Amino acid sequence: MEKKLPTIEIIEKYCKGCHICVEFCPTKVLEMQGFVAAVKNLEACIKCMQCELRCPDFAIKVTA
Amino acid sequence: MAFDYDKYIRPGKLPHIWCPGCGHGIVMKGLIRAIDSLGLDKNNTAIVSGIGCASRLPGYIDCCTLHTAHGRAAAFATGVKMAKPEMNVILCGGDGDGTAIGGNHFIHACRRNIDMTYIIMNNNIYGMTGGQFSPCTPTGAKASTTPYGNPDPAFDVAKLAIGAGATFVARGTAYHATQIDKLIAEAIQHKGFSVVEILDDCPTTYGRRNKFKSVIEMMNRLKDIAVPVKAAEKMTPEQLEGKVLTGVLYKQEKPEYTTEYAKVIERAKGAK
Ligand SMILES: Cc1ncc(C[n+]2csc(CCOP(=O)(O)OP(=O)(O)O)c2C)c(N)n1
Ligand code: SF4
Ligand code: SF4
Ligand code: SF4
Repeated sequence: MEKKLPTIEIIEKYCKGCHICVEFCPTKVLEMQGFVAAVKNLEACIKCMQCELRCPDFAIKVTA
Repeated sequence: MAFDYDKYIRPGKLPHIWCPGCGHGIVMKGLIRAIDSLGLDKNNTAIVSGIGCASRLPGYIDCCTLHTAHGRAAAFATGVKMAKPEMNVILCGGDGDGTAIGGNHFIHACRRNIDMTYIIMNNNIYGMTGGQFSPCTPTGAKASTTPYGNPDPAFDVAKLAIGAGATFVARGTAYHATQIDKLIAEAIQHKGFSVVEILDDCPTTYGRRNKFKSVIEMMNRLKDIAVPVKAAEKMTPEQLEGKVLTGVLYKQEKPEYTTEYAKVIERAKGAK
C-alpha cells in the first residue's frame, strides 16, 4: 500500500526565516530557501508536528 | 492535523511584531492550545499584561484583553477577578515586567492566592527597550547596562512564587513546545494563584551580546538545561549542576481569595 503523505503548508508572508523548523525536524524534511522555510523531502516526514508546534510565527501547518 | 490557531487570533493581526526566533510566539501558541483544550469561553476569559515585548501577547488573541501599565498586570487583573470572580483571568508578561517594576504586585498576588494564572516569559532581559539587565539576568551575563558582566545574582522565579504563597508553580521552556499548553491548562484548572514560568529566548538583545551565534544555539541551551522533575529525582547533585527543573514544581490546596472575600461580604451584611 502506498504511504499517504502529509501536506505541509508554509505561509511565506508569516515566515521570518528563524531556521527553528529546519534545524529541529528529526528527519530533515525542511530547508531554507533564501529567507523562508521550504519543503525539501516530504517523503521523509513522520508527521511529528514539531515544526508546526515550534514555529514562533504561525507559518507552518502540517496536515496528516 | 494542523491546529487551527486562526480561531483565536484577531483578524489581520499576523505577522506579529516579535523578532525572528523570539520564543514569545511559541508561548502564545501554547496558551491558545491550552484555552482550546479546556474549551474556555472567549467572552469569559480575560488576558491581562503589563508592558514589554512579551506583554504584547494579549493584543493578538480574540478574548477579553487588557494591555496595562508596566509591571501592573497583577493589579489590573486582580480588579477584573474581584469584579467578575467567574471569569478566567490569565496574566502574561516578561521577567522585567513581572519581577522588577512589577515584583511587588507579583508577590502579593501570590500571597493572596487569588484564582488567576500568570505566565511569565523569562528571557533574562528587558527585550523591548534594548537589552538592559533584569532581576532574571544570570550573574556574569552581558546586558546594555552590564557591559562588563552582571554582578547580581538572578531571581529563581519559581522559588520566588512558592515562597510568596502561590499554590501552583510550573516551569517549561520555549524549546519544549508540546509541554507548554499542558502546563498552562493545568495551571488554569488549579483553584488559586498559579504561576507558569517559561524559559524563553531573546536572540536580539540577549543572544547577540552573550555569544549565542544563532537562535538555534539558544534553543539548544534550553533543551540542554531542562530536566523534568521526575528525572531529577534519580540524579545526583553533581549531575544537576547547571540544570533547571521543568514540569509541575509545586501544588497545594489553600483558601482562595475571591471565595474568602465573598465570605467577608456575607459577614458584613449580617453585621449590625
Ligand atoms: C513605568 C515605565 N518604566 C519603564 C518603561 C520602559 N519599558 C518598556 S518595556 C520594559 C522592559 C520589558 O522587559 P520584559 O518585561 O522582560 O519583557 P521583554 O521585552 O523582554 O519581553 C521597560 C523597562 C515603561 N514602559 N514604563
Ligand atoms: S512534522 Fe515532524 S517530520 Fe514532518 S516536517 Fe515537521 S518536524 Fe519534520
Ligand atoms: S520556524 Fe516558522 S518562522 Fe522559523 S523558519 Fe520555520 S516557518 Fe519560518
Ligand atoms: S527584542 Fe527580544 S523579546 Fe523583543 S521581540 Fe525581539 S527577540 Fe523577542
